[in-house]
Amino acid sequence: MSTGTPIARGLLPERLIIPMDQQAGPAAVPVVEVGQRVRKGEMIGRPGGLRSAGVHASASGTIGAIREGPVPTVNGLTTSLCVHLQTDGRDEQAPSEGWPRERDARIDAICNAGIVGLGGAVFSTAEKLRDDAECDLLILNGAECEPYISCDDMLMREHPLEVVRGALAMMDLTGAESTVFAVERDKPDALRAVREAAAQLGDTRIEFARVPTVYPAGGERQLVELLTGREVPSGSYPPAAGCICQNVGTAFALDRFMRRGEPLTSRIVTVTGNGVAHPANVEVPIGTPIGDLIHFCGGYRGDVTRLILGGNMMGYALPGDNLPITKAGNCIVAAHADEIRESTGEWPCIRCGDCADVCPPRLLPQQLLRAATVRDFDQLDSLGLNDCIECGCCDIACPSQIALTERFRQAKQAWAVVSQRAAMADLATRRHRRKLARLAAQTEDIHRQQDDLIAAIGSEDSRAMIEAAVARASRRRGESDTAH
Amino acid sequence: MRFELKPPPHALPTTSVPKVMRHVIYALAPAAFAHVWFFGWGICINALIATAAALGAEALMLRVRSRPVKPALLDGTATVTAVLLAFAIPPLAPWWVPVIGAVSAIVLAKHLYGGLGSNLFNPAMVGYAVLLISFPVEMTYWLPPRGAELGHSPVGAWDSLRFAVTGSLPQALAVDAVTQATPLDLVREGLTSMQTLAEVQAGPLFGGMGGRGWDWVNSLIAVGGLYLLFRGIIRWHIPVSMLAAIAVLAAVFHTLDASRFASASFHLFSGASLLGAFFIATDPVSAATTNRGRLIYGAGIGILVYAIRTWGGYPDGVAFAVLLMNATVPLLDRYTRPRIYGRPR
Ligand code: SF4
Ligand code: SF4
Repeated sequence: MSTGTPIARGLLPERLIIPMDQQAGPAAVPVVEVGQRVRKGEMIGRPGGLRSAGVHASASGTIGAIREGPVPTVNGLTTSLCVHLQTDGRDEQAPSEGWPRERDARIDAICNAGIVGLGGAVFSTAEKLRDDAECDLLILNGAECEPYISCDDMLMREHPLEVVRGALAMMDLTGAESTVFAVERDKPDALRAVREAAAQLGDTRIEFARVPTVYPAGGERQLVELLTGREVPSGSYPPAAGCICQNVGTAFALDRFMRRGEPLTSRIVTVTGNGVAHPANVEVPIGTPIGDLIHFCGGYRGDVTRLILGGNMMGYALPGDNLPITKAGNCIVAAHADEIRESTGEWPCIRCGDCADVCPPRLLPQQLLRAATVRDFDQLDSLGLNDCIECGCCDIACPSQIALTERFRQAKQAWAVVSQRAAMADLATRRHRRKLARLAAQTEDIHRQQDDLIAAIGSEDSRAMIEAAVARASRRRGESDTAH
Repeated sequence: MRFELKPPPHALPTTSVPKVMRHVIYALAPAAFAHVWFFGWGICINALIATAAALGAEALMLRVRSRPVKPALLDGTATVTAVLLAFAIPPLAPWWVPVIGAVSAIVLAKHLYGGLGSNLFNPAMVGYAVLLISFPVEMTYWLPPRGAELGHSPVGAWDSLRFAVTGSLPQALAVDAVTQATPLDLVREGLTSMQTLAEVQAGPLFGGMGGRGWDWVNSLIAVGGLYLLFRGIIRWHIPVSMLAAIAVLAAVFHTLDASRFASASFHLFSGASLLGAFFIATDPVSAATTNRGRLIYGAGIGILVYAIRTWGGYPDGVAFAVLLMNATVPLLDRYTRPRIYGRPR
């Protein structure tokens, strides 16, 4: 286990690869140049728009390059602009800017400080706090998102004061009436630590809740239901159920920023799996190449077949270890072949329903599977394909060992493509109809003018006009006759 | 360094089809021992013949359908079908009875519908129904339980085997003389010939709840069923609703007229009530898959079992009740979907 030893510190790789695209919103925009010297905490990327966040130098050094590179984001491996930073080991800090007094200024400062949800979703913390929706409950999420991960546990045990102070600040910023701090049952040390910290700070507003250690209790939607009995409506976020969820790591980061002016430049990462020599929780500067992190933990051990970013339920396999740790990187698993699933073939679905028993949003994976196989999107829709949180529970429980989650992921993608196409076709049809209508209107206009003319022909003065014209014509004829 | 790219989840699966089937066989073992103790080695002989026939039919069908043969043979599903069928066949049976039953189960019920997972009807019960309709006489060759003191020693292992192969017993034993109706048969015949239930149940086959020997076999079936429940291999919904339906109906009618309607405990412990509730109706492939659907499905089977036994043309109704309810499963699955998290009703 990776909780036996304290959080390891002091990791400072020679080179950092700091991606601009590390948050759920738009990528940050670089504000430094190649060759420029930066200090730790200096902004190197400004927020690229709403829901974005600032990006900062995680150490002092020199900007070596700014170029596109592969980055593991929440949406999988993509390419993003990365700032390559050659560290100098001097650990020079940028001066802090201080904690503003106004609420709005504070929220902007949080955005600029690059603080995002550290549970893995990297949603803009500022945006969550700014949201004026009717949220009466702030939920501090101290339940790990996955069985292998222990970074939040360690953080609560080692930094309970900071975490609780961060939580109190969040309460003030959101104006939430009450705060529930959720910690899993099997983490009594963490719970005791944060409880004592709250007592020490003289706080009585925070309520502590022990939640069962059942994956994925750390998932926001599940946690909201567990704590309040409310459900987050399909397709929306916790604020729709009157709740704001914040991860304890985020609270810690917020406190650091408030008290020391330090923006988010590091996070705790769980490094685990049989394939790493010394599993541990490590404080990692953002942008550290995963290889350096593994090296810091004693290097690889044995035959590592899979390198997983995130836990082994929802994390994804990485092709290599030269990718950087981002703000979303909560866990690295270096796995041997015997501790991971090998897709060695499946049996047909035996309809046992074990998948449905473990599905958190109460879907029927077995019926979804059938609909997904034939790409019946209407059926998939009514069975709630888009409510699938891709937690992987059904896969693990399935005696036929069917790769259900992957099938659902693919079906979602196919559906997105199909509905996009349908939308485009719809748009084209509508455009075409509009054009036809326009043409019809034009034709009608012309007809109307002609009708007006014809109607005018029938009226009194037009008769006079016609008679005059006829007279004119006959006179001309007379004139021409005499001319001959 | 390069690593393999596989989609999540990466965690190891917790179970597998062969493992599930293995546990079903384990769960049936105690009842099989009791069966051997009370009714001789017939069930083992039948189970072996049926398994061989089922595996042969499975291999043949997979060949014909050009599917891989080996993994399917090893998945244990055909074996479980055969063993369940053996529980339904009388211990004294010519070899072709289990063979025809098993082949019908695998070919008709399973592969003609698309193989494992696609069959609408429970294969073992289809095999049994085929036998019951085609060979009604052979399907009555039940033996008296040990200790019933009917003047006959139970047929020995050697005699059973000999009967299975040749279809006849040693000179000294006549089939009619050694076989014995089951308690459900007796109750049925007795009631049609205007005996009261009390008179029928005074016979030497009765005693305890469901009949001598059957009490033990069925209690151990229930123990096996609880084992499956405890291991999480089956869910409680089907057995509970099915047994509850039988018990409630039996209790109501028994209270109304105890001379014509047997008690709830008799119904639960005789025939295939418990085997059906824990091992047959819970066959995942042919049962309803939602929890509400399972409750309705189980209750439906229970009601039909009671109705067939009491007013129908067969002494036991589990097989037909299961097959009838199998046909309702697609509908049940469709209309008993649970409400999805975060969605309105
Ligand atoms: S767990 Fe697997 S085998 Fe069972 S119903 Fe679900 S998909 Fe089918
Ligand atoms: S991955 Fe499976 S268990 Fe998880 S939400 Fe989707 S269907 Fe349900």
